[in-house]
Amino acid sequence: MKIIVCAKQVVDVSEMKIDPTTKKPILQGVPQKISDIDKNAMEEAIKIKEKNTGKIIVVTVGPTNAKEKIKELLAMGADEGVLVTCPDKYDYHVISSLLAEAIKKIGEYDIVLCGEASIDMFSGQVGPRVAGLLNIPQITYAQSVKAEKDKVTAERNMGDKAVTTESTYPVLITVTKEINEPRLPSLMQILGAASKPINEWTADSLKSGIKPVVETIELKGVPMTRKNILYKDDIDESVGKLVDSLTKEGVLR
Amino acid sequence: MVLVFSDDKKMTLELLSKGSEIAKTKGKKLTAVIIGKSNDALAKEYISHGADKVFNAEVNMDHFKAEEYAEILEKVLKETGDETILIGSNKNGKELASRLAGRLNAGCVIDATNVYLRDKKLTAERMVYSGNAIAIEQFVSKPCIVTIPSKVFDPLKKDDKRKGETIKKKIETEKTKSKILKIQDMKSGEVNVEDAEIIVSCGRGFKNKNDIKLVDELAQVLKGKTVGCSRPIAADLKWLSEDHWIGLSGHKVKPKLYIAAGISGQIQHIAGMRDSGIIVAINKDPEALIFKSADYGIVGDLYEVLPKLTNAVKEKMG
Repeated sequence: MKIIVCAKQVVDVSEMKIDPTTKKPILQGVPQKISDIDKNAMEEAIKIKEKNTGKIIVVTVGPTNAKEKIKELLAMGADEGVLVTCPDKYDYHVISSLLAEAIKKIGEYDIVLCGEASIDMFSGQVGPRVAGLLNIPQITYAQSVKAEKDKVTAERNMGDKAVTTESTYPVLITVTKEINEPRLPSLMQILGAASKPINEWTADSLKSGIKPVVETIELKGVPMTRKNILYKDDIDESVGKLVDSLTKEGVLR
Repeated sequence: MVLVFSDDKKMTLELLSKGSEIAKTKGKKLTAVIIGKSNDALAKEYISHGADKVFNAEVNMDHFKAEEYAEILEKVLKETGDETILIGSNKNGKELASRLAGRLNAGCVIDATNVYLRDKKLTAERMVYSGNAIAIEQFVSKPCIVTIPSKVFDPLKKDDKRKGETIKKKIETEKTKSKILKIQDMKSGEVNVEDAEIIVSCGRGFKNKNDIKLVDELAQVLKGKTVGCSRPIAADLKWLSEDHWIGLSGHKVKPKLYIAAGISGQIQHIAGMRDSGIIVAINKDPEALIFKSADYGIVGDLYEVLPKLTNAVKEKMG
């Protein structure tokens, strides 16, 4: 079984600081990592490979330094990496088109696995966009996946409903964070990853002249204006003061 | 022209409100799409809420499938020529909008919190970086697809005198190779945090599943009756179903009063409740992040504070 995992290098949002005056996030110097849910996709790919044998190729569209992060996925269990160097200007249209072209160049495949969304932007566009471009079925928000020889069955978390969907191959599946616990590679695996190949393809070689259709024109801060009144003395007194304040606010009735 | 679609009626009405505003500034018409059996009553309702035209795509389909719905919308768009597409941002809507965008090589903004024209170009705002910033995205080519979550815009007042045209057309699609085997209801009860006016939420500060009754009791006397929670309680410990989960990947809420007990205040949780009216935090750590996002806070052990607060509220409200 041939599995392609799409992974994104993102800023580690939990390490991000906010500029106290502009309230904007400070993006410079924030450590980069593979988006968490993409690691769940990787883990699921390994589980499928363990059961069915096969090959896992991980594809990233990103800057040249993403190579280091791809190595982490090779250490987890991917067999090969592909880094498509990202053009200066990009949006979801550009990234998805490049991923789809890279997948076509890889050739035959059974499953494309993605995280349901990246932790920095949390749009969840890339998976379904790529499925649309490849014109293959999509199974989104999978919280469990069972891959057999001729078909795959997945349980999808649709919030108020769980939907069990089956599909033949090829298929694109996006997974949720709850589907599994990504493994930590052993030292041997980390050392072994160094000898696994990472191919670098340029964006132009896959699709020349591709341009964004959406531009981010501004990144605004989100000011949180709250009263920040803290009662920290005697609990009984604090509770009394809180109830008085809530009454004055008109929310107790 | 502007086109709106959601498989959820309530969301369609909200989209119609924003859609008609955009259509008016452009001097264009507004189309609402119904996918499914012929439904005159629904078409009439959409017209009375702002649609100039309803396109009823008649299809024989039991369940939503993004592959087929994307193809249907693609065919509808060919007929109507609409270039601005607003889609309701539930889980179905998001995967539908994204697939459609892929097929049309179109721009797409997911979960927009505002949509408007700036320099005559469609512009949408959305939260990024776990709710720490707002990105302003502008479309530089057509078509433009935007998904809008529920309750971002209020529906227009119903006007039964409004006139509009209804088009019905049978649409054939290529059958997708995916098959729905089972649909199971996950709803554990009558919880609907998104509609609640008062929410009391619990987080990692709770030691046992049984202790959640402390939150329950306070919610009861507040007549809010709604219990929420942060990620660990729903996703990791599974003490409450995901209906209760408030946060970036859970539900987004805006009650009049939000009480967070034993919640540290990770940015992912704040993203789900930041629009609440009054925010109260209870935490034993005076440095807890949650206090920065709260109007009122009590520093103390929730096991002591909650029962006392419940009693005090009970006395106050009689």
